Amino acid sequence: MIDADRPILETRSLAKRFSIGTRFSAEGRRTVHAVDNVSLTVRRGETVGLVGESGCGKSTLARCLVRLYDITDGKLLFEGDDITSKSLSELRPLRRRLQMVFQDPSASLNPRRRVGDLVAEPLRIHGKLSAKEIAARVAELFELVGLLPDHMMRYPHEFSGGQRQRVGIARAIALNPDLVVLDEPVSALDVSVQAQIVNLLADLQEKLKLTYIFIAHDLSVVRQVSTRIAVMYLGSIVEEGPAEEVFATPAHPYSQALISAVPVVETTPTGTRKRIILTGDVPSPLKPPSGCRFHPRCPIAADRCRSERPELTEHRPGRKMACHFPTLT
Amino acid sequence: MILSVRDLRVSFRTHDGPVRAIDGVSFDLEESEILGVVGESGSGKTVSLLAVMGLITDPNATIQGSIRYKGRELVGLPPRELRRLRGNEIAMIFQDPMTALTPVYTIGWQIAEQIRAHRGVSKAKAMERVEELLAEVNFPNPHEAMSRYPHQLSGGMRQRAVIAMALSCDPALLVADEPTTALDVTVQAGILDLVRKLRAKHKSAVVFITHDMGVVSELADRVMVMYAGRVVERGTRMELFSDPRHPYTRALLGSIPPLTGQKPRRLPAIPGSPPSLLRLPQGCAFGPRCPVRYEPCESGRPGLGGGAHAAACFRVAQA
Ligand SMILES: Nc1ncnc2c1ncn2[C@@H]1O[C@H](COP(=O)(O)OP(=O)(O)OP(=O)(O)O)[C@@H](O)[C@H]1O
Ligand SMILES: Nc1ncnc2c1ncn2[C@@H]1O[C@H](COP(=O)(O)OP(=O)(O)OP(=O)(O)O)[C@@H](O)[C@H]1O
Ligand code: SF4
Ligand code: SF4
Ligand SMILES: [Mg+2]
Ligand SMILES: [Mg+2]
Repeated sequence: MIDADRPILETRSLAKRFSIGTRFSAEGRRTVHAVDNVSLTVRRGETVGLVGESGCGKSTLARCLVRLYDITDGKLLFEGDDITSKSLSELRPLRRRLQMVFQDPSASLNPRRRVGDLVAEPLRIHGKLSAKEIAARVAELFELVGLLPDHMMRYPHEFSGGQRQRVGIARAIALNPDLVVLDEPVSALDVSVQAQIVNLLADLQEKLKLTYIFIAHDLSVVRQVSTRIAVMYLGSIVEEGPAEEVFATPAHPYSQALISAVPVVETTPTGTRKRIILTGDVPSPLKPPSGCRFHPRCPIAADRCRSERPELTEHRPGRKMACHFPTLT
Repeated sequence: MILSVRDLRVSFRTHDGPVRAIDGVSFDLEESEILGVVGESGSGKTVSLLAVMGLITDPNATIQGSIRYKGRELVGLPPRELRRLRGNEIAMIFQDPMTALTPVYTIGWQIAEQIRAHRGVSKAKAMERVEELLAEVNFPNPHEAMSRYPHQLSGGMRQRAVIAMALSCDPALLVADEPTTALDVTVQAGILDLVRKLRAKHKSAVVFITHDMGVVSELADRVMVMYAGRVVERGTRMELFSDPRHPYTRALLGSIPPLTGQKPRRLPAIPGSPPSLLRLPQGCAFGPRCPVRYEPCESGRPGLGGGAHAAACFRVAQA
């Protein structure tokens, strides 16, 4: 029944808006367009990396995808099944298959419980396992994520950041999910520990046939982990394609600026990389600019860009961008 | 020579015993030179610079060693004198710009006050200077920006306002502690560009703390790598990045995923995690994670030795 090419997750013009303030506050009720018109297809076994500046809507989109947030507009499909407005009880059987890992593992781990217990928790809530089976599964999970059996009796604060993230990952994979959404899972970790977790995620993906949606602000980490990336700007996807291609030849002016700004270790006497420095600041999602939302900062904006919003279009097989004048190589 | 630090030691008395946060750090800084300080969380980057600035106020702290600024010893200097130096010749920028800004005043007013406190100029003159400074740090509309409150600025603009404030005294020494860590790469690129330009124009010497090897390689003339309270390697930018010697520096550089070219199937990761300063391992502090550890490594902590490009490692000393 499982068709490798059939999308596991799909969004159609998905939008998430937040209302802030009240009609009595100084500025009245206002709407934050956090995610706007996102159509994204995720296939089984791949890793889709989400990148973009702070506040562009990565976390909000991630939370919509696992239905931690209600979706304002558009559709969300899981294995072709419309789950946009399923109730919590209808979602219950799906919960197990859709998991999420957050940036700060300590915030999601109860400090007063032993980590063995914390990893067992999802098994108790969702599974139909006996106490003995649960113990065996916890042991297996500890081994999978590279923790030692005698770690089980410890409390979260007795662990390093990297080990706590391993606990968070063990919890997320406890119920054999199909899709794991990872929101900045390595951002709080020391550089030397980051690589361990990146490798662990790759191993688990291979062993357990997982599909990932991966968010990180470190672009070289995203490139390493992802098969495909989606670049977001002010709530929308502006470019999408195979990770290595997009990094090598970004076509959207925003992706070009973003990738060129990543500081890299260079051993040449003077930097050879050309850097595009964007002027202006990220506009507010309360009042998105007209036309192309990037136009106030775009180095090549033309009149058309100010009035007409570009759609995300497939300009080359597998490469999509939302720009009237993409750089196609 | 602007700054010369010798055998700096900072320790804190805690419930669990003494924490030797800085354990014998020495470095020099020349005029208009940018020194990059890299290292993981807890390696002692901030504490060493706070010590230099005379800003360690914890009563449980003990500071030893020598810190000479333009030949003048700062360790033991009365707080009043230190404060004068900080406002006049030494400026600081921190990760969170709000540590330097007050929410209730406009940024124009705050920078002007800073100028007036240290240079007895008129209010109008100070305001003129503020506008110049804001233009210099790339505010698109400096005159208008002067009347904004910090919360009306984005994170990147706030940090630029703090840089403008730091520059208002034409500092001979600028100390920046992770000033771009909380910012987006696109905004960071602008700030790094600015620091480079300012160094050229004002001839300020800069100490730039970061944990990002990429940032260091783009900005610094010389680099100091810290691990568990000590400098484990120092050298010029070129020496450090094209010929890293310390196993930790090498491993750290190796574990950064590439931005171009072939992706490795797995990243060469460093096992374990940085040690607790309360329970340092026997011998070399990097020992338990070191791929090339051998017997001598347990005998004591390796010294950095002299030399412009130096690494604190028994293997390097032997080679
Ligand atoms: N609960 C909420 N109520 C109102 N606005 C929100 C809420 N959550 C997020 N937003 C806004 O929606 C936008 C997108 O936020 P989001 O957290 O998704 O960004 P992000 O890309 O994850 O950023 P970061 O990289 O900083 O984590 C921001 O403008 C944010 O302020
Ligand atoms: N007041 C204090 N009392 C006790 N220990 C302290 C105190 N201040 C700092 N330390 C310890 O000193 C060590 C060095 O801290 P420091 O802040 O310099 O690290 P850092 O390299 O700047 O790290 P980060 O990258 O996280 O900013 C840490 O182990 C820290 O816990
Ligand atoms: S549509 Fe116009 S403004 Fe938008 S990214 Fe393309 S060129 Fe720039
Ligand atoms: S002294 Fe020994 S343990 Fe320490 S870095 Fe050198 S080889 Fe490794
Ligand atoms: Mg986020
Ligand atoms: Mg610090």
